[in-house]
Amino acid sequence: MQHQLQPAGSDPARIVSDRADRGTREIAIAGRLTIANIAGLDNDLRTIAPGPDALVLDLGGVKRVDTAGAWIVHRLLRDWAAAGGPATLRSAPPGLGELIDRLSAADQPERMRREQADLLTRTLNNVGHYVVNAVATLGGFFAFLGVTLAVLARLVVHPRQWRFNAVVHQGEAVMVQALGIVGLMSFLVGLVIAQQGAVQLAQFGADVFTVNLIGRATMRELGVLMTAIMVAGRSGSAFAAQIGSMKLGEEIDAMRTIGLNPTEVLVAPRALALVLSMPLLTFFAVICALIGGGLFVYADLDMAPVQYVTRLQEVTPISDLWIALIKAPLFGGVIAITGCFHGMQVTGNAESVGERTTAAVVQSIFLVIVLDAFLAVFFTAVGWI
Amino acid sequence: MADSETLPRVDAATASETVIRIRGLKTSFGSQQVHRGLDLDVHRGEILGVVGGSGTGKSVLLRSIIGLQRPDAGTVEVLGQPVLHLGEKEGIELRRRWGVLFQNGALFSGLTVAENVQAPLREFYALSQPLMDEIAGYKIALAGLPPTAAPLFPSELSGGMRKRAGLARALALDPTLLFLDEPTAGLDPIGASAFDELVADLTRTLGLTVFLITHDLDTLYAICDRVAVLADGKVLATGTIDELLTLDHPWIQEYFRGPRGRAAAAGAAGHGNP
Repeated sequence: MQHQLQPAGSDPARIVSDRADRGTREIAIAGRLTIANIAGLDNDLRTIAPGPDALVLDLGGVKRVDTAGAWIVHRLLRDWAAAGGPATLRSAPPGLGELIDRLSAADQPERMRREQADLLTRTLNNVGHYVVNAVATLGGFFAFLGVTLAVLARLVVHPRQWRFNAVVHQGEAVMVQALGIVGLMSFLVGLVIAQQGAVQLAQFGADVFTVNLIGRATMRELGVLMTAIMVAGRSGSAFAAQIGSMKLGEEIDAMRTIGLNPTEVLVAPRALALVLSMPLLTFFAVICALIGGGLFVYADLDMAPVQYVTRLQEVTPISDLWIALIKAPLFGGVIAITGCFHGMQVTGNAESVGERTTAAVVQSIFLVIVLDAFLAVFFTAVGWI
Repeated sequence: MADSETLPRVDAATASETVIRIRGLKTSFGSQQVHRGLDLDVHRGEILGVVGGSGTGKSVLLRSIIGLQRPDAGTVEVLGQPVLHLGEKEGIELRRRWGVLFQNGALFSGLTVAENVQAPLREFYALSQPLMDEIAGYKIALAGLPPTAAPLFPSELSGGMRKRAGLARALALDPTLLFLDEPTAGLDPIGASAFDELVADLTRTLGLTVFLITHDLDTLYAICDRVAVLADGKVLATGTIDELLTLDHPWIQEYFRGPRGRAAAAGAAGHGNP
């Protein structure tokens, strides 16, 4: 949004006369030589080519000068003098000379922008940076994973060093406060699966199999996957942003100097909280999805709740629930480590926090889905069909 | 303020014109009263230093004057305009006439130094890019930054350079009024006195009025025309340091007669008070 300000009594600076006479160029300027009024005059003066003639700049009609106005007068005099002609001011307002002196002291050749290489070099440069960054990030991630696992292993040996309060605090943030949204989401997912499944299966007259669909789909895959995606969005991003801001505020450095290990203080409680919370959240999500599906089945297929539950027990093997509960802590660990890793990678400014938070969410969701695909193949291969 | 027909120069006749007028300012946060009926005048062309112990509401006062903080009661007039009762248009018009240097520069971290200086220019005026580059160039040089600083991002600058870049941005619109919040805090003594000289020099050549919050006694002695002492939620006294020294108030005596105050006074006397 631009606020174009035309102050009351606006009086644009302008050239009122421009005469060349026997080797003397005489230019008269009038109006306000202030930043609000010089845009036009600046363009006009740029078209005047300095020559070897003498220049007389008549400022008799000028009211009020600020540094921007003084600057364009200075620029004209400077360029004119550089072209070889003597340049003088006539009836300059008092004090302008001093201002111009100050500005000529501040007139130094400056580069305003970074040099831009040509497109090919730039592209190659970008690709190179990208590859180097990707490799460095991957290496950094494994290093971070290693350090975290080492700390966790030490904490297993010395359970007294657990920061129990931190784990509980994080557990409240990632699990208790997520119950509402995860429950609602799962409920709706269960409802939608039942509704869409019923429509398709009714074409074969097999709408009673809707229960099989609800039970197997939500327990084995959707419950845990949707929960993981929600947790990545809620908590993975929060971890990255919290740790990133602490890094910007030099809090991480302060911890190190006091002798606290940031991995132990910040990463381990968050990782443990998520690893413990995810199975509980997943179980809750599955139950909510089953309730959502059951509600639809009751309303649309006239199946009594008791009949629904009995049928669920018959068609859904208990291994489906075990699979979900095995995957949940793994996903939780992946989300926590990715979020904390990206938080630790923040450097420089606020923009970096944003970039890293985005990266944390995108990568943790991606990793969760990749891991899920591997595990789907694995569990089928071991015979949990 | 009507535009004078000449350069904005300070002379004896206009020196008493009041640029900032604060009457009965009351601010409280919860049960804590920061200002209890504070009165203050700032005159055209002067450098007013505001001092006071920690927590006496110096920064809150600055924020009240520039409209970032709404006081509970009182009036604040800047350049004849009531800051607390301005429409959007008048507010923008007024903001264009002052520049603020925040304590840590408050540069926009996603923009280079040159872009930071150009940000207000771009917002208010339709100037050509070459002219904006030239303006940013001389403002950056006026603020005492080296020519290599323009394309750098704030995260690539040292603390002192960040303050100078903040000053360059504060000067971008050729303000008549400049607010400085602890400009020399965190600078080394050489950098701090260079910054003092810079402010005094710019005030003289550009005809500025400066409202300056500081803890730096050297700054007070070196460049401030008058000093306002904040205590107990009020302005205890205003005047030149010599005038303040004649007052019999324990905090003022402690402040100026303490070891640091004496050292600063000796330093100022040694160099000749400019």
